[in-house]
Amino acid sequence: MSAKVSASPLTSAVRVAEPPARFRDLLAAEWIKMRSLRSTPWTLGLITLFVIGSATLAAMADYNNFPRYSPESQREHMFSLHDAFPSTGYWTLTLVAVSMGAIAVVSEYGSGLIRTTIVAVPARGAVVLAKAVVVAAVWAVVGAVSASGSFAVSQAILAGRDAAISITDPGAFRAMVASALVAPVCALIGLGLGFLIRHTAATTAAGIFTLLVLPAFFSTSRRWSAELNHSMVLTAWQRLSTEWLPPSRPGYYVATITESWIVYAVWPLVAIVVALVVIRRRDV
Amino acid sequence: MIEVNQLTKRYGGKTAVDNLSFTVRPGHVTGFLGPNGAGKSTTLRMILGLDAPTAGTATVSGVPFRSHPRGLRHVGALLDAQQVHGGRSAASHLSALAVSNGIPRRRVAEVLHEVGLTDVARRRIGGFSLGMKQRLGIATALLGDPPVLIFDEPINGMDPEGVRWVRHLFRRLAAEGRTVFLSSHLMSEMENTADELVVIGQGRLIAAEPLHSFAARSSRIGVVVRTPQSAELVAVLTAAGATVEPDAERLTVTGLPAERIGTLAFDNRILLHELTTRTASLEEAFMRLTADSVEYLAGQPR
Repeated sequence: MSAKVSASPLTSAVRVAEPPARFRDLLAAEWIKMRSLRSTPWTLGLITLFVIGSATLAAMADYNNFPRYSPESQREHMFSLHDAFPSTGYWTLTLVAVSMGAIAVVSEYGSGLIRTTIVAVPARGAVVLAKAVVVAAVWAVVGAVSASGSFAVSQAILAGRDAAISITDPGAFRAMVASALVAPVCALIGLGLGFLIRHTAATTAAGIFTLLVLPAFFSTSRRWSAELNHSMVLTAWQRLSTEWLPPSRPGYYVATITESWIVYAVWPLVAIVVALVVIRRRDV
Repeated sequence: MIEVNQLTKRYGGKTAVDNLSFTVRPGHVTGFLGPNGAGKSTTLRMILGLDAPTAGTATVSGVPFRSHPRGLRHVGALLDAQQVHGGRSAASHLSALAVSNGIPRRRVAEVLHEVGLTDVARRRIGGFSLGMKQRLGIATALLGDPPVLIFDEPINGMDPEGVRWVRHLFRRLAAEGRTVFLSSHLMSEMENTADELVVIGQGRLIAAEPLHSFAARSSRIGVVVRTPQSAELVAVLTAAGATVEPDAERLTVTGLPAERIGTLAFDNRILLHELTTRTASLEEAFMRLTADSVEYLAGQPR
């Protein structure tokens, strides 16, 4: 490669007075960063297909087994909503979302790109918020496409047994919204952990531990333990995506719907606040 | 203008930068020199607001750099050419940075052309050589057309052609009235590039002065003379007030200029085979000045 010594002046012809610092410029920059990685469309496409595929398989299983179900099961078809939002697909979605949310941050720390970013934008808090908005928006879209897709495909299959539910049925819309939102909630948790931990492997491990392993430490049979269990994201998703559960009684505690929505809001908020605090305090 | 005032950075018990003060003025290329581990990069990070100083201040154009909401129009910096995401193309990398600062996208093509990367703009950075990454880093620094430019070891990994180009670029940037501050651990890199020097060792300031003063102050200028009539010449020169050190078959003379030595030899019919004015190289001057402050000395008991 030969160097070209250009004759043009280094001073840009387009130099103008400094424009005001606009947050939407940072959003645009983060969006460029995200879409310019080849892995992004692949990951988002594959996980969407996987989630819809898992709902398809769940619905196919009930479709095939339907003739062997009891008349009561056939009449109530309680499985229909579960088939739309099966845990295999959605647990995988949450794991991919938490990892990708983390990678959006730790890939910058791993390469040192974060220093280039912060020299370009010394307002560090704004960088965190812009990343959070872009990550949340992208995963909200993935979640919405996955949830509406898995609901539509699974119910189309079950309609063949006259066992489909409508989105207007009790709990169906809530289950779909909760299943769509679990992706951005988890992606933001990953993002917060990324800013806190800054190392790829440790951040991903922490994300998986927080989402999947931590809830297993707490039972639903004792009050205090159940309360902690209810504060977990996947417990909240399970509650919100289930049409009906028996009411709480001593030895068996169920989270309320409101509680579960609050869990959805608090986790990402805490993640962003932690990220804002650590990025301001620490050396980059 | 970069002003560093009593800047100190401690990591636990270890002091990386120790009460450092200097000023880097516009219109010059200023070299920032010190052995590995002297605290150069730490100082640059503090100037750029990435690391918070333990004590002291660093300002760029009179204000702490971190106080700007957007930075590229104020300072262009290349800290480490590897600080890029290998999966992105050069154009995407620069576009994201330009957009974040409200810089028009066409500026990306301008800086890519400036550093000679137009042809590889769409290629992934992961496949770039270190020299190409350095060029990309320089393009990043130029994006905002800033009045202050900071480069940490910019010449690492560049081929001779690249080194020549980058020296020319630094001079041009300085001639346009910008502040150009570049670090290196090799004096030889500065010799043909910098006008001013800031030299540090173990986090402390060793010298801050024009390159030629640094060279003059720290070099013992002498004249090397070779003659078959050593004894006679030594007598003549000593009588004329010079100090003569015999060194193998040569004499090293201090205290008299070469012209005077030549005249004295001629007047006394002494045959000379060689008459050379010797200035200590900048490298030697640098080595001697920093010898006491080298962090990692090979072959020494630790």
